[in-house]
Amino acid sequence: MADDKDVLRDVWFGRIPTCFTLNQDEVTEREAEPYYLLLPRVSYLPLVTDKVKKHFLKVMKAEDVEEMWLEYEGTPLKWHYPIGVLFDLHASNTVLPWSITVNECWTQIRLHINDNNFPDRDLLHCTSNSVIEAHFMSSIKEADALKHKSQVVNDMQKKDHKQLWMGLQNDKFDQFWAINRKLMEYPTEEGGFRYIPFRIYQTMSDRPFIQKLFRPVSPEGNVHTLGDLLKEMYPAALPNDGEQKRYQVVIHGIEPLLETPLQWLSEHLSHPDNFLHICVIPTPTD
Amino acid sequence: MPVSLLWAVDVYGRVYSLSTAGQQWEQCRDAQMEFKRVTAAQQCCWGIACDNNIYLNVHASDLPVRYQEETYENQRWNPVDGFSDRLLPSDRWQLSDVTGLQHQPLDNFRLPSSSWEWEGDWYVDENFEGEPTEKEGWSYAIDFPATYTKDKKWNSCVRRRRWLRYRRYKAMDTWAKIPSQQTTLPDPFSDISCGGWEINEEPRGRLSLWAVSLQGKVWFREGIYHHNPEGSLWEEVPLPGEVVQISCGPGDLVWAVLWEGQLIVREGIGRDCPKGTSWAMVDSPSPDVGATHVAVGVNVVWALTKDNKVWFRRGVNSHNPCGSGWISMVGEMIMINVGLNDQVLAIGSEDRAVYFRQGVTSSELSGKTWKVISVPRDGDRSHSSASSLVSDVESDTEKGSTDGASCIITSSSPESFVDAPTEHSDQPIETPKSRIPKVTSDSFISELVSDRGPGKTSREVRSAGPASVGPLDPQWSNVDLEEAQGQQAQTGAVVDTADTSSLSSVATFTLAMEDPYGVDEHPMWAWVSGGGCSVDSHTQLNWFNSMVQSVQSMSLSVTPAQTAAWRKQIFEQLSERTKREMDNFRHYEQAIEQSVWVKKGTMQWWRDWKPHKWIDVHFALEQFSGPEGNKDGILFIYYNFYEEKKYLHAFVNEVTILVPVLNDSKHSFAIYTPERTKQRWPIRLSAATELEMHDWLALLSVSCCDSRGIQGPPSKQAIWSITCKGDIFVSEPSLSLEAMPYPTPCDQMFWRQVGGHLRVVECNSIGIVWGIGYDHTAWVYTGGYGGGFFQGLASSTDNIYTQVDVKNVYIYENQRWNPVTGYTNRGLPTDRYMWSDASGLHECTKTNMKPPSPHWTWVSDWTIDYSVSGGTDKEGWQYAADFPASYHGHKTMKDFVRRRRWARKCKLTTTGPWQEVPPIPLSDVTILPCAAQSSVDVVPLWAISNKGDVLCRLGVTALTPAGSSWLHVGTDQPFKSISIGAASQVWAIARDGSAFYRGSVSSQSPAGDCWYHIPSPSKQKLKQVSVGRTSVYTVDENGNLWYRQGVTPSYPQGSSWEHISNNVRKVSAGPLDQVWIIADKVQGSHSLSCGTVCHRLGVQPLEPKGQSWDYGIGGGWDHITVRGNSMEPPRVHLPSLTERTPLPVRNTEINSSAVGC
Repeated sequence: MADDKDVLRDVWFGRIPTCFTLNQDEVTEREAEPYYLLLPRVSYLPLVTDKVKKHFLKVMKAEDVEEMWLEYEGTPLKWHYPIGVLFDLHASNTVLPWSITVNECWTQIRLHINDNNFPDRDLLHCTSNSVIEAHFMSSIKEADALKHKSQVVNDMQKKDHKQLWMGLQNDKFDQFWAINRKLMEYPTEEGGFRYIPFRIYQTMSDRPFIQKLFRPVSPEGNVHTLGDLLKEMYPAALPNDGEQKRYQVVIHGIEPLLETPLQWLSEHLSHPDNFLHICVIPTPTD
Repeated sequence: MPVSLLWAVDVYGRVYSLSTAGQQWEQCRDAQMEFKRVTAAQQCCWGIACDNNIYLNVHASDLPVRYQEETYENQRWNPVDGFSDRLLPSDRWQLSDVTGLQHQPLDNFRLPSSSWEWEGDWYVDENFEGEPTEKEGWSYAIDFPATYTKDKKWNSCVRRRRWLRYRRYKAMDTWAKIPSQQTTLPDPFSDISCGGWEINEEPRGRLSLWAVSLQGKVWFREGIYHHNPEGSLWEEVPLPGEVVQISCGPGDLVWAVLWEGQLIVREGIGRDCPKGTSWAMVDSPSPDVGATHVAVGVNVVWALTKDNKVWFRRGVNSHNPCGSGWISMVGEMIMINVGLNDQVLAIGSEDRAVYFRQGVTSSELSGKTWKVISVPRDGDRSHSSASSLVSDVESDTEKGSTDGASCIITSSSPESFVDAPTEHSDQPIETPKSRIPKVTSDSFISELVSDRGPGKTSREVRSAGPASVGPLDPQWSNVDLEEAQGQQAQTGAVVDTADTSSLSSVATFTLAMEDPYGVDEHPMWAWVSGGGCSVDSHTQLNWFNSMVQSVQSMSLSVTPAQTAAWRKQIFEQLSERTKREMDNFRHYEQAIEQSVWVKKGTMQWWRDWKPHKWIDVHFALEQFSGPEGNKDGILFIYYNFYEEKKYLHAFVNEVTILVPVLNDSKHSFAIYTPERTKQRWPIRLSAATELEMHDWLALLSVSCCDSRGIQGPPSKQAIWSITCKGDIFVSEPSLSLEAMPYPTPCDQMFWRQVGGHLRVVECNSIGIVWGIGYDHTAWVYTGGYGGGFFQGLASSTDNIYTQVDVKNVYIYENQRWNPVTGYTNRGLPTDRYMWSDASGLHECTKTNMKPPSPHWTWVSDWTIDYSVSGGTDKEGWQYAADFPASYHGHKTMKDFVRRRRWARKCKLTTTGPWQEVPPIPLSDVTILPCAAQSSVDVVPLWAISNKGDVLCRLGVTALTPAGSSWLHVGTDQPFKSISIGAASQVWAIARDGSAFYRGSVSSQSPAGDCWYHIPSPSKQKLKQVSVGRTSVYTVDENGNLWYRQGVTPSYPQGSSWEHISNNVRKVSAGPLDQVWIIADKVQGSHSLSCGTVCHRLGVQPLEPKGQSWDYGIGGGWDHITVRGNSMEPPRVHLPSLTERTPLPVRNTEINSSAVGC
């Protein structure tokens, strides 16, 4: 039987084949070739699209472009969601590679006309990697507040925090997990974390995601499962008796069984930001 | 930790046991009657039943209890008959004991009790002092008594031979009555306590058993040890008063409670006098209230007073058994007991529940809190759902408090005691109210206490009560016996209706009346004994929350998680995801390019040049991805040399091993490369803290493994080795390791550490690996990797367990004789330190001696070690003419110096992929190197117990490497080493240094039929053996390596020993007949190393002895096994070899069995 450690590697090294194409409306000097890349599921779009940017800059006037934003079938992709979550939420059950449209916005337009094509309503601006780093670290701190009352993350040194971030940024599994394992520890007698850091995403709602307090073990000592979580947070996601399954519950592109213990999921299928990101999507009709 | 048992008796006299791994009390169904008290040791449990007889329950073990009876047949030569049994009138008997003084005809031997049976008939012992004799086992001498030789000489006038017969104790796992000693025992026993196993290890399994009779006398059972579990006779111990209760600890503490409420302490208990010499008096903890109960451990004494208060005695140890003062503790208890490791158990006075004292450690012997043991009994109603049990338990408690339990509370509250005497004498009918039907021990005590008064009144009281209190007069014992007999018929039904003749008990025990089987009530306990229960403050016990729900959750998270459907689903889906999302897109570019990663730190480095010293350095590890995606790295050590910055570096892919070198002053480790191994001079670094060192070691180790593409558990072919610190290393053999003529040099082998602590490790080529700890515990490899300081990714999640090892640290006390004062600790100026290590060169005192490394902690005090080779006198001294010399155990005229060895136990707790194989401690183990065709085939595994018994493990397969049970293989003397070859050839070495070959071992007869004696090389005592495919190698006590010549399938014993090498510590012969040793004294270019791994070069089928040695990792190595490596090296065509094929028939036969795996 394979070891649980292998799950961590599989999660970390999950890749989505992606085809980037430039938005037809963009003004280019010559025809832009599509660009193909394997995107890490656990990373964030701005961290992995330097190559894309470089590729399309070749056909554009470089000084014009200040920021790039991406969309899939007309939906702007939020850079602060992990890539895997974006894919599972919007594009699972579609043909690979994942086809992402690249939009560029021009400095002049945004600054002077204040009427550019940037979807301000949907997206946050991401001007540098330090914005992502701040977002990523605040997620880790939030998760540890839920798991250990922030005790673990506060005990860490600055360089440990840096190592987590560098590990993610440079795709260094060992470097990341050398520190992250401390965040995944818990006292054996308690049987799990204080609360499970999770977020439930859905396509059909305007709410960004569901996030509430939920313990891994019930007051009676029962282990909480994925099913227990959904029953409380999102009962509609569960199939009724005898009914066709209407929704898929997807984590990292797979559908774990509802009886999977939540604590185990949190330890093994959390993203590097230490949250368990769960996507509830409609079952494909075909 | 092995599973062990806590024993208890409930108020109805039913005996239960609770396993340290269990979650319910198991009733001892075998008990034919009710018991009053039990007292447990690890190997057995003693009890007093309601018939007032003492019963013994010896726990079945794979090692049978066999007793060797012997008698000597003596003959004298006369010219007419030759040797005959016609002796001179002044001679000894024809059949006598070894001294000749005792007449011992064969039919005089009787079984000591009905618990024994004969194993076979008498036979003649044909060996004499390790050598086979001529036929019929005679040894010859000039006259009786004299020195006997095995050869008949011209002046041999007498001869004798030894007859042997074994008897076996058969009453295992059952309560067997100890035959009573009618003549000297006037009254029945009322209390019993066993202990004392730590006083003296010889004879093996020795126990002290103390008993108290109803008249308050104390008795000591003589002669209890492994081969005589029942003991031989009771001896009365004189007393200063009348005793009510006694307690004997594992060591030399024995305390008892007197009727008057004081305590007495036995003094003078020691190795040679387990019974002790005198009593000292200790006052009751409370001036007004007498003591009722006492319990002792190794270094603790707990007591109860009549008001149920709990007391802890301060300052108790073996030098001061009386201690210094009492401390009052919380809790109200009716009975208290100290188990192993000074852990404390008690029975609450109100709820009659068993309490465990939490947090008892060697530094905090009084513990922290009482925690109730709340597990169901196996007789409890089985509940279909969780909720029903919860509600049942609740309602039970309510019920108990309303009707049942209330009367117990009154019975044990102090008021009732104060009132009791008057009540008893005035209205004896009322007293039973305060009792529980079928009263066992505890109420007996309360009665003794409450009945303290004139003997006559107390007798009246007893005759009025329904209690099973032991009889003072015959009438009462009869009643008890009748009841007991009546109940034997209805097993399990214990609440006796006979007892209801007393109206009062009917009235008070409505609960019991409602449910005649008494299964549904809250369990009420009368007695508990932890003497067999091995727990300490680290033990994880599941005794405390017995709600079915938590049981369920525990089982969900612990046991079937590995096989759970959800887990399988995740693994399957993840691999599907990889196929779906990645397999067709491998040609896509990666979004993130790999780059260099550097980790830096400061350390100290043991400078390469003289004068050698620790200097501060900066240390850096740079990791990067190689061109093919493999990871690699470089180590840098930056140092200052005369103000100039310099550095030393090593490529991670050249590092062959990282060895932790912990001592009490430095957290250091050594880094070897092939070059450094040749020099015998590693890079030695020292980190500031242990944690930092472990972080670096874990990181470097992962980095080394990555650079070599090694991950996960060791392969089945792996070579295992152990350092003298007990650290375990494993190396993956390359295909060309055994290649001819150019094998991989063994200094290039890469070793990685595996968690755990062992002294011996043995493996075979289907992945079965066993280890033996310093404390002789047997361990089986679980298939995991990591443990110890490897955490996170370098360690598997599963199959890592806690491992504990214990070893002795020795120091020597040296003295010199002078004519005025005799032996004193004043030596000559030239003498060694008066307290030193074995060499005498280093001063080692009791106070300055530290445990070997910070991982070890002391677990005992300094004690004199009597088990020193050469023997000792009664105080442990060994004598010699001068330091250093050979020592002997008795003083002669020529001796002017003496020394004795002190030992102190220390303990290490670590983790690793090892699981204990209880219960028999081992000294050697061997696994057939090659045979199994499939994973369910049984693999022969032999072992030697630490007492020298030869054992054969049954049920060992690749899937169940721990096997199922031991089969004992009889020998006439203790053994010390054993090895089984690829064709099931079993060779062993006896303690006397001779070798034995086991005949007819096969898969049909896994234990073989008989031992063939093989004389050792002349004047050498062998100590270790290893058998490969065909070759047999032994090592003797002087470090010589011997090869057995002339071994063929038709003559497997071989013909003679051929000397191969000296300076050899250990040998391992593998399934390819490859030979590896641990050698002493290997000279490197920079330094000399002791304990070096060496590989025999040039071993070929036609040249099995090989030609020369190749030197590998070391020094400091202690053990190696290459018995897993059965990978045939690639064939190199050498004309001389090909001409000679096919091999002789005898070789191919054996080959075929080896190739099969």
